[in-house]
Amino acid sequence: MGNGYTSRKGEVVLRVEDLHKRYGREEVLKGVSFEVRRGETKVIIGPSGTGKSTLLRCITRLTEPDRGRIWLGDIEVTGRGVDLNRVRASIGFVFQDFNLFTHLTALDNVRIGLLKVKKLPKEKATEIALKQLEHVGLAHKADAYPAELSGGQQQRVAIARALAMEPKLILFDEPTSALDPELIGEVLDVMVALAKEGMTMVVVSHEMGFAGTVADEIIFMEGGVIVEQGPPDQLFRQPKHPRTAEFLHKITALYGETG
Amino acid sequence: MDKIEIGGLVFDPAWLPKLGEGLVVTLEITGLCIAIGIVLGLVLAILRVYGRGPLYWLSSLYVQFFRGTPLLVQLLMIYYGLPSWGIVLSPFLSGVIALGLNTAAYQAEYFRGAIQAIPRGQMLAARSLGMKRAQAIRYIILPQALRLVIPPWSNELILMLKYSSIVYMVTVMDLMGAAKTIAARTFRYFEVFILVALIYLAIVFLLSWLLRRLEERVRVPGLGIERGSAH
Amino acid sequence: MDLEGLLIIGRNLPLFLRATLLNLGLLAGLISLGFLVGIPIALLQVYGVRPLRVLASAWEGFFRGVPALVLLFLFFFGPAQFGVQLSAFTAAVLALGFRSSGYQSQIFRGAIQSIPRGQMLAARSIGMSRLQAIRWVILPQALRLAIPAWSNEFSSVIKDTTLAYAIGVNEVLRHVRYITDRYYELAMPAYLTVALIFLVLTYGGNWLLGRLERRLALPGFQMRGVETAH
Repeated sequence: MGNGYTSRKGEVVLRVEDLHKRYGREEVLKGVSFEVRRGETKVIIGPSGTGKSTLLRCITRLTEPDRGRIWLGDIEVTGRGVDLNRVRASIGFVFQDFNLFTHLTALDNVRIGLLKVKKLPKEKATEIALKQLEHVGLAHKADAYPAELSGGQQQRVAIARALAMEPKLILFDEPTSALDPELIGEVLDVMVALAKEGMTMVVVSHEMGFAGTVADEIIFMEGGVIVEQGPPDQLFRQPKHPRTAEFLHKITALYGETG
Repeated sequence: MDKIEIGGLVFDPAWLPKLGEGLVVTLEITGLCIAIGIVLGLVLAILRVYGRGPLYWLSSLYVQFFRGTPLLVQLLMIYYGLPSWGIVLSPFLSGVIALGLNTAAYQAEYFRGAIQAIPRGQMLAARSLGMKRAQAIRYIILPQALRLVIPPWSNELILMLKYSSIVYMVTVMDLMGAAKTIAARTFRYFEVFILVALIYLAIVFLLSWLLRRLEERVRVPGLGIERGSAH
Repeated sequence: MDLEGLLIIGRNLPLFLRATLLNLGLLAGLISLGFLVGIPIALLQVYGVRPLRVLASAWEGFFRGVPALVLLFLFFFGPAQFGVQLSAFTAAVLALGFRSSGYQSQIFRGAIQSIPRGQMLAARSIGMSRLQAIRWVILPQALRLAIPAWSNEFSSVIKDTTLAYAIGVNEVLRHVRYITDRYYELAMPAYLTVALIFLVLTYGGNWLLGRLERRLALPGFQMRGVETAH
């Protein structure tokens, strides 16, 4: 893993160009551009409040960007008349606080998008949903409601919900930040496996160990801009920018190892 | 004064004095029944929280009876029923008593909820200072509970203002009764009742505003006041 | 009251009960109308564009702010003045139903607003349209949350069906009147009988709704009781 060469051969799945977003007086994104190729895992790191989550939400326009363009393959997400619901159906989104549908069992959480958005027949949807629950190791919890699952299990169901839609890529918004330390591992394991299987992923995370082992490229963001990006080896060991070095120093002091 | 025509609807300013007199009666009845409701409601609430044996059962029975049966039935019982037991009340008094007994049951529930929302530690602390139970209720529990109860109580007051209109059914000339009389005489039912609807609305809004200000005035930091959502 | 009085009441009990069926019919009509109108009003208030939000709030404000009796008169005598004669029953269903829609919309609005924002966000993120998200994610949760408050509305309107007496609907109080007109001294026992019927109906109805609430209960759903209403 972390082997940039082979995966970089995939075509561009996502292209973000000069994205801007302002909340009142505060400019959260000040012109962010990057690309993600098929099969690639990009991990976005950086101090809190630097627009990482906003960036992810802007990509599927769950938050409306002020300026900039976004392409998913050859569809312009920011284009006029684009079918946003179709775009969103093909981009998985995993939230920090899971956001499983409270009134639905694990199985129904995974199945509802297939039934209502993709309009699959029930048997087919059930089959796919069960397969994806198995994928994240939770087939035995199919009938449990979110409140009956641990945080780690909920997040794995959320990942299965995203996977079931057969997305072109999945965006992870700090998927382990809301978890108790002992539950982080099970979620990271699922994500590592996904990366190995060749899923295209953009992950906002503070898990440096995960970033170091799985990322093809790491993007360091601060103050609404991308300060530096590069493969983990290079970015972790020889950061070009003093702010990257400073951030890594702090985070190492806080969390220990950086892969 | 001339009649006023708006979009084919005819309003006669001559209606206003009679409606005004009716409004005064409506406000009197509302005020009186609320006053009965506060006193009786507090007693009932205290009995239901701190009472034992027959006092507890009787107060509970009272609350359940008056909350479980229609207000109109209660009013007709008092006005038409009591005379057969030798108790004859004027229409006005029947209305005040029926509404007062009814709202007491509801207010009792609001007071009870508020009393029970006060943390146990408050009573314990009061007793540990050597206060008697009654003193603790009077000086520590009630001052807090009464503040908590303002929002649902405000809703109750506004509700009674509207429900007071049923007294016209026992021939009281309140706002509703005045409207009914004017409408029956002029056959301008729609105009009269739209006008009366607007008068009620105006008073409801005015009262809500005043009660919100009251709530802000007596607010104590740290004592949470949740807005009730009853109607 | 003597034995003869008791017998008269007893003989008329079936009649009272049959008349109460009309109260129940009125209840069914008005609470369904209130539900069908209240849900869209609540949705408009939460999700609508500004002019629609204002209209929905005005609707709620009017029907909650005006006494039931005034509404009954407006709907019964108002249309007649313009040549449309509604039956007393229809007028009562409309007046009390629209009134209930005001209260029900308030209940549903509160429930919708108490659902965490993330639910809508997650629904949109898997490609649901706003309407789909409301239909499949927001409403199923909101309706469950609304049951306790809705039970209060139920006990309130079931009693308010007696107000239709004012415009001459042939409900139970009107039948009591037929008796008390002839036997003045039977007013108290007759009204007490009606009171008992309603005690059974309100507490019975609440018991049934409590069962419904438990049946629909899901792990993790907090159903806090809201203050009781009339």
